[in-house]
Amino acid sequence: MMQELLQYLFAGITNGAIYAVIALGFSTLYNATDLINFAQGEFVMLGALLLVTLWLQLGLPLPLAFVLVVLAVGLAGILFERLAIRTVRKPDPIVLVIITVGASIFLRGVGMVVWGRDPMAVPPFSELESIEIAGAYLLPQSLWIFGIVMILVVALTLFYKRTLTGKAMSACAINKRAASLLGIGTERMTLMAFALATGLGAVAGIMIAPITMATYDMGSMLGLKGFCAAMLGGLGSLWGALLGGFVLGIAEAMGVGFVSSGLKDAIAFLLLLLILYIRPTGILGVKSSHRF
Amino acid sequence: MVFTLFAAVIICTGAALEGDYYHEQLLTFIGIFTLLAVGLNMLMGYAGQISLGHAAFYGIGAYTTGALTVHLQWSPWASLPCALIMAGVIAYIVGKPTLKLSGYYLGMGTLGFGMIMHVLFREWTTITGGPNGLVGIPSLSLWGLDLSTGRNYLYVVWGCVLLTFFICDRLVNSRVGRALRAIHYSEQAASAVGVDTAKAKLQVFVFSAVVAALAGFLYAHMVMFISPGTFTFLASVKLVAMVVIGGMASIWGALLGATFLTLLPEHLSVFADYEMIIYGGILMGVMIFLPQGLTRGVLDIYEKFRAKRKGTVED
Amino acid sequence: MKNSGPNEKGLLRIENANKSFGGVHAVRDVSFEVQEGVIQALIGPNGAGKTTLFNLITGVFPLDTGHIIFNDQDTGDKKIFNLVSMGIARTFQNVELFTGMTVLENVLVGLHVRTKCGFLGAIARLPNVQREEKEAREKAMHWLDFVGLAHAANNKAGDLAFGWQRSVEIARALASEPRLMLLDEPAAGLNANETGQLGDLMRQIRDLGVTLLLVEHDMSLTMEIADRIVVLDQGAKLSEGTPREVQADEKVIAAYLGA
Ligand SMILES: Nc1ncnc2c1ncn2[C@@H]1O[C@H](COP(=O)(O)OP(=O)(O)O)[C@@H](O)[C@H]1O
Ligand SMILES: [Mg+2]
Repeated sequence: MMQELLQYLFAGITNGAIYAVIALGFSTLYNATDLINFAQGEFVMLGALLLVTLWLQLGLPLPLAFVLVVLAVGLAGILFERLAIRTVRKPDPIVLVIITVGASIFLRGVGMVVWGRDPMAVPPFSELESIEIAGAYLLPQSLWIFGIVMILVVALTLFYKRTLTGKAMSACAINKRAASLLGIGTERMTLMAFALATGLGAVAGIMIAPITMATYDMGSMLGLKGFCAAMLGGLGSLWGALLGGFVLGIAEAMGVGFVSSGLKDAIAFLLLLLILYIRPTGILGVKSSHRF
Repeated sequence: MVFTLFAAVIICTGAALEGDYYHEQLLTFIGIFTLLAVGLNMLMGYAGQISLGHAAFYGIGAYTTGALTVHLQWSPWASLPCALIMAGVIAYIVGKPTLKLSGYYLGMGTLGFGMIMHVLFREWTTITGGPNGLVGIPSLSLWGLDLSTGRNYLYVVWGCVLLTFFICDRLVNSRVGRALRAIHYSEQAASAVGVDTAKAKLQVFVFSAVVAALAGFLYAHMVMFISPGTFTFLASVKLVAMVVIGGMASIWGALLGATFLTLLPEHLSVFADYEMIIYGGILMGVMIFLPQGLTRGVLDIYEKFRAKRKGTVED
Repeated sequence: MKNSGPNEKGLLRIENANKSFGGVHAVRDVSFEVQEGVIQALIGPNGAGKTTLFNLITGVFPLDTGHIIFNDQDTGDKKIFNLVSMGIARTFQNVELFTGMTVLENVLVGLHVRTKCGFLGAIARLPNVQREEKEAREKAMHWLDFVGLAHAANNKAGDLAFGWQRSVEIARALASEPRLMLLDEPAAGLNANETGQLGDLMRQIRDLGVTLLLVEHDMSLTMEIADRIVVLDQGAKLSEGTPREVQADEKVIAAYLGA
C-alpha cells in the first residue's frame, strides 16, 4: 500500500512537472498579452515530434537537438502571432478563441501529415537504471524533468524580476497604454511572449516524449491540462503554475491508481470546472470586465 | 412564405431523389448537422456565447434514446421526450455556473464539460456500451409506416429542421431575440438597460442543447449504432466551424455552413488526411478576414460597395 | 409618472456612499438627495468619481459602505436590471449602443422591462404577444420621434453620427419609462447648436415628470438648466446648492482654478 502510494506519487510528480511547464507557457503569454492560446498544447506536440526528427532520425546530439527544437518551435510561435493573431481586425475573446482553436486543429493536422498517425517511441535522455526507493521505482527521466522544471521556474522568476525586458513585459500586462507611453514596444513584447510561451511548450514536449511516446494528437490533452494547472495555481503566477502542475499530476495519478484509469482525463476537467465555478470573479477580476 | 418555399424544395428534392440511396442519406446528414448548427448559432451567433463542447448535447440525445430503447426496450417515441428533457436539464445545471464565465473561460469551461461527457460515454460501459458503442438501436416507425427508408427519414429530419427554423425565426424577431443580440454587443450594457442577462443566456443555452439532443435522437435512430468517437472535441469544433462559415447570427447561414462542411469530405478525396488542416484553416481564415462569418461578411462588403456607389453615406 | 403627494424626502437619497478600487478611493463618504421633478447636476473635475457614482446608483457594482435609497427602497440588494424596472435609467459617458442593431431595435431593448413576452411566448406568438409587440414598436417610434430621430429608425445604430447616437441612448433610456434618468456627459462631443437642442430636450423630459441627474462639463449649459448642483472633487462632496450658490462658493472656485 505504502509502496503503491509512493509509486503513484512518483508518476504524479513527473506528469505534474510537465503540466507545470505547459502552465508556465500559458502564464507567460497571459502576463504579457491577456490572451489564452488554445493551441498551446499543439506546440508541445511539435516539440516532441521535432525532437524525434532531429535527435533520432537525423542523429544530432541530444543537447543540440534540444536547443534547435526549442528555437524552431519558438519561431513557429512567432509566425503564429504574426500571421494569425496580429492580423485579427476584431480582437474579441470569442474571435481569438475560435482562431486559436482553429490553429490547434490546423497544427494537429500538419503533425499528422508530416509525422504520420503512429506513435513514435523516444528513448529516455540517459540510460541509467531505475532508482529504487522504499520498493517504488523512480525513473531517471523523472529526475531530468524535475531538474529542468526547477531551473525554468527560477530562470523565469529572475527574468521577470531582474532583467529590463522581463520588467517591461510585466508592465505591458498591467497596462498596455501606459507601457507604450513609457516607450515599451508592446508589439515586440507580445511577439517575445509568444516565442517564450511556445518555446516552453516545446520543452514540455521534449521532456514528455520519452514517457508517453510522441504522436500528432498528444497535444490537445496536454494543453488543456496545462491550462488546468495554470488555473489551479492562479493564472499568471510562476510558482503557482508549478504548484498547480504538481497538484494536478498527483491528483491524477492517485485517481488512476485508486479509482479507475479511464477517469484519468476527467479528473483534470472536473478540477478545472470546479475552479472556474468557485472563483469566477477572482479569475475575471477587474481586468476583463468592461468599464462604463 | 419563405418556409413554405423551403418545404416545397425539400419535398421536390426528396421526390427527385427517389431511390438514389446515397444522396438521400447525404441530404439527411446535412439535415442533422443543420439542426446542430442552427441550435448552436442561437447561442454563439445571436447571444455571442461560445460553446466548445456542444457535441456533448448531441451525444446526450443519442445515448439517452439509445440506452432507453436498447436496454429497456422503450419505444423511440417515449424516449424522445426523455432525450430532450435530459439534455435540457443537464444544460440547465451545467449552464448556470458556466455561463457566468465569459470569453476564454467560457471556452475552457464548455470544452471541459464536453471532454467529461466524452469520457462518460466511453467509460460508463453498462449504459453506453463503452468504446465499442451501443448496437441495436431500433429504427423509427409511426402507425405502421416505416420511417427508416431513405426518403421517409429524409422527410422526418428535414421536417424537424423546418420546425426548428420556424421557431428560431420567431425567437430572433422577438423581445427575447433582441435581448440576446444586445447581450452579444455588450453584456454589461444590456443588463444596464434592463435585460436579465443570466436568465436570457441560460434559456438560449438550454434551447440549443435541446435542439442538439433532437439531432442526436435523429442520428441514433438513423444509423442505429452510436459510439463515443462521434461526440468528440473535434465534432464540437466542426459545429463551431459550421456556424462560423454560415455566419454568426444568421439562421440560413447555419444551413449553408452545415451543407458546405458535410459535402466537403464527399467531394475532396484527399479530405481524410487533410481534414484537420482544412477545418483549422477555415476557422482561422474566416475569423481573421471576415469575423462576421462568411455570409454576413460577404453581405457587408456588398452593402458597403452599394452604399459607396449610391453615395448615400449618412452623417 | 409623478408620485402622488408631496415628497419631503428625495426620490433618490445617497447616504455616506463609499467606493474604492484597489488603492483609489473613487467615492468617499458622499451624501446628497435628488428631489423629484428637478434637474440636478453633478459636476467636478475629471476623475472626481462622477461616473463611479452613477455606476453605484445603477447597481453596476456594489457600494463598499453606505446606502443608496430610491423611492424609499434600499437599492443595495437589487440586481442591475431590477433597478431599471424600478425606474432608474441612464446613458453612458462612452456611448454604449448595440451597434449592429437598428436604432428602433435599440429603443425596443430599452422597452424590455416594460414588456413581458418570454421564450415560449415568442415561439407561440399568440395574439397577446403580437399586440404587445405592436404596441412596443409604436412606443419605441414615439420616443424616437421625441428625440427627433424617427427618420433614422431603420438605420444601424453604429452607422449614425455621434450626436445622434447620444439621442438614441436617451430614447432608449426613456423607453424604460423611468422616474429618474441619469445622463453622463450628454453634451460631450456635441457642437454648440446640438448642445442647445439637448438643453431643450432635457427640459421636455423634465416636463414629462422625469427627474434628471446629469454629469456635465459644459458649464454654461449646466448653470442654465440645473435647478441644483452637487460638486464632487477627488471622490468627496465639495459643495452643494443652487447654481448661483455653487458659483459663489470659494472652495469650488479654488478647486476649479487650482486644478
Ligand atoms: N471600474 C473601475 N476600476 C478601477 N478604477 C476605477 C473604475 N472606475 C473608476 N475608477 C477610478 O475611479 C476614479 C474616478 O473615476 P470616474 O468615476 O470615472 O471619474 P469621473 O467620471 O468623475 O471623471 C478614477 O481614478 C478612476 O480611475
Ligand atoms: Mg466620467
